[in-house]
Amino acid sequence: MNIELREPEVRQKTRLKITDVDIHPKSAIEDLKPYLSKRWWEHIETFGARTRQGFLKGFPYPKSQPLASRRDSWPPGGGLPASDLKFMCKQYLDLYPIEYAIMNPLSPTGQGDQNDEFSAAMAFAANEFQLDGWNARDPRLLASVVVPYEDAEASVVEIKRRAGDKRFAHVLLKSRTCELMGKRRYWPIYEAAVAAGLPVGVHVFGTSGRPASNTGWPSFYIEDMTEHASCCQAQVMSLILEGVFERYPDLKIVMIEAGFGWMPSLGWRLDKNWKTLKAEVPHLKKAPSEYLRQHFWVSTQPMEEAEEPEQLIDTMSWVGWDHIMFASDYPHWDFDDPLNALPPSLNEERRAKIFSENARALYKLD
Amino acid sequence: MHTDAIDCDVHPQVPSFKALLPHVEPYWRDSFVERGIPGFESNAYPPNSPLSARAEWREMGGNAATDVGTLAAQVFDRFKAQTAILNCLYGVELIFSEDMALAVARAVNDWIAKEWLDRDPRLRASIVIPTQNVDFAVGEIERCAKDRRFVQVEVLAMQETPLGRRHWWPIYAAAERHGLPIGIHPGSTYRQSMTSLGWPSYYIEDYAAYAQAFQSQLGSLVCEGVFAKFPGLKVVLIESGVTWLPAFLWRISKFWRGVRAEVPWVDRSPADIVRDHVRLTITPFDAPPDPDVVERVIDQLRSDDILLYASDFPHWQFDGDNALPPGLPHGLERKILIENPLATYPRLTEDAT
Repeated sequence: MNIELREPEVRQKTRLKITDVDIHPKSAIEDLKPYLSKRWWEHIETFGARTRQGFLKGFPYPKSQPLASRRDSWPPGGGLPASDLKFMCKQYLDLYPIEYAIMNPLSPTGQGDQNDEFSAAMAFAANEFQLDGWNARDPRLLASVVVPYEDAEASVVEIKRRAGDKRFAHVLLKSRTCELMGKRRYWPIYEAAVAAGLPVGVHVFGTSGRPASNTGWPSFYIEDMTEHASCCQAQVMSLILEGVFERYPDLKIVMIEAGFGWMPSLGWRLDKNWKTLKAEVPHLKKAPSEYLRQHFWVSTQPMEEAEEPEQLIDTMSWVGWDHIMFASDYPHWDFDDPLNALPPSLNEERRAKIFSENARALYKLD
Repeated sequence: MHTDAIDCDVHPQVPSFKALLPHVEPYWRDSFVERGIPGFESNAYPPNSPLSARAEWREMGGNAATDVGTLAAQVFDRFKAQTAILNCLYGVELIFSEDMALAVARAVNDWIAKEWLDRDPRLRASIVIPTQNVDFAVGEIERCAKDRRFVQVEVLAMQETPLGRRHWWPIYAAAERHGLPIGIHPGSTYRQSMTSLGWPSYYIEDYAAYAQAFQSQLGSLVCEGVFAKFPGLKVVLIESGVTWLPAFLWRISKFWRGVRAEVPWVDRSPADIVRDHVRLTITPFDAPPDPDVVERVIDQLRSDDILLYASDFPHWQFDGDNALPPGLPHGLERKILIENPLATYPRLTEDAT
């Protein structure tokens, strides 16, 4: 699964411009120290992060590679994968024609911590560091408004703080929230995002404290990965059926790293059940699949791979060519190389939409 | 509709707790009466919800399919099936006391045999088991398997732990030994919230969320190595929806290529394993009413053997008398209606009388 560097010929091969909606520049906890109060720095040193899972280090489902990263992504000068801008440029940002890349910081960001106040302090610090540590040094790198989503009020404060700042692309949530995203407790986040003119990105992972499936804890990392799709299905259902889009008609949601093959079937199933059960959800004014098509965008990586490649084209057309955006997931092990990520039979027009135009339109990039 | 069709999913309703009591052992019967227990009906299908029974199939009092006559009139006379498999959804697996669960499971299975199978030779049934205790579950399989009219073991889709986990395996050993597929049906033991992110607000979410549970169960069964350990085992996903399957197989098979070192007993693509061991009933199919989409999804399945006919009576999944979605390739109909069910349920080819 590791990618060999192929430096010389790449730029000549592709004429496309790329906006990548999912990369993961890494910060160390020390990077955030300047933006944290003495109280919270001492909290980190004394108690550390306490997400809703049991291990002191590492992940509940151990990854297949160290830090889930490409083995060639560790900078030669030391440090963690994607922690060294110069090496990241050499290996990715300059190797391909990247116009913009949206940073979705996963850790340390305080998201999903048991302590809401700590989570809020960390979100602020993570956002400041995205600006100072990355965007200021390479303006192609757009930031996410990391929010402490279990505390909607604090999230609103953070969104308002960043509103109007063009360096931020979207509000960032992780997919495994403590409750379903359609629940009223999260609505202030959507209201603030719409007011700020920002889409809401939902990146897979996070620790909800609940089993990764609705039938209990699976055993393996491969299941943990597969369950991101079931988790995101539940979130999409909840957002639609709770009437979030009737309340916030301008809300746009980007499902990141969730795949998209499951999406058409989910819409069909909801439509069918809605036909029978619509008396229960009178706040819906149209079929669920219409909200799905209108309000959700998806990122490519890790894209489902059909056994017969043409069949994926059917699925992509059911999702909608205007709502699929390229993502590489650099520097993670399942990184998608822009050169061969998309089905080869896609025409130039569709490639251009996926690589660049859809993201430029959604994020209003110049 | 073909007159030899085998309907792999119909639902006999326990009309009242009273109807079960004669089949309950005396100790438990006394206990239920003394304690004023109102019965163990599951809320997975609220009785008055439109999905739980199509309006025109409801009898006086609103129930549907509470006796052999009404069920046979629809399933055999109108839908023209020749054989039907009863999947009783009484809430056995929800009960917290293992001993009580066993007592109710035995009562349900005996009620099915006496009140249904004895009354119409075209009926077959699934064995309801107390999944709360694997030893009890195996015991109930052994007890009921002697009656060849029981053709399957039934479990609910949402459990306390995923069905692939090793502590479940004695159930699969027993099922394989007796030529009984494991049928997984919507319904929850309510040990987990209805989604992996908690309890939704609406019933429509509960019902839609079973599609996620089926994905999780399939992932678990494959990744834990159930089919490597029990090569003769068949699993039937009943009332699961169908259209989610291709994308699920693409996803898990891609990940398997990347991280298969973690699960070395999964020695070939999950998609191939599923096509060899797993079957799905066709109702609901969960496609739009567009023959072109149906045909493309059928192509994505890449198997003519995987779908089994079911009406899901009395649940309201379709209008009219034809449960099959529009757009099925012509040659496939006979496979779905007859050949695939016969290949899936070895006991259907026996003379059970």
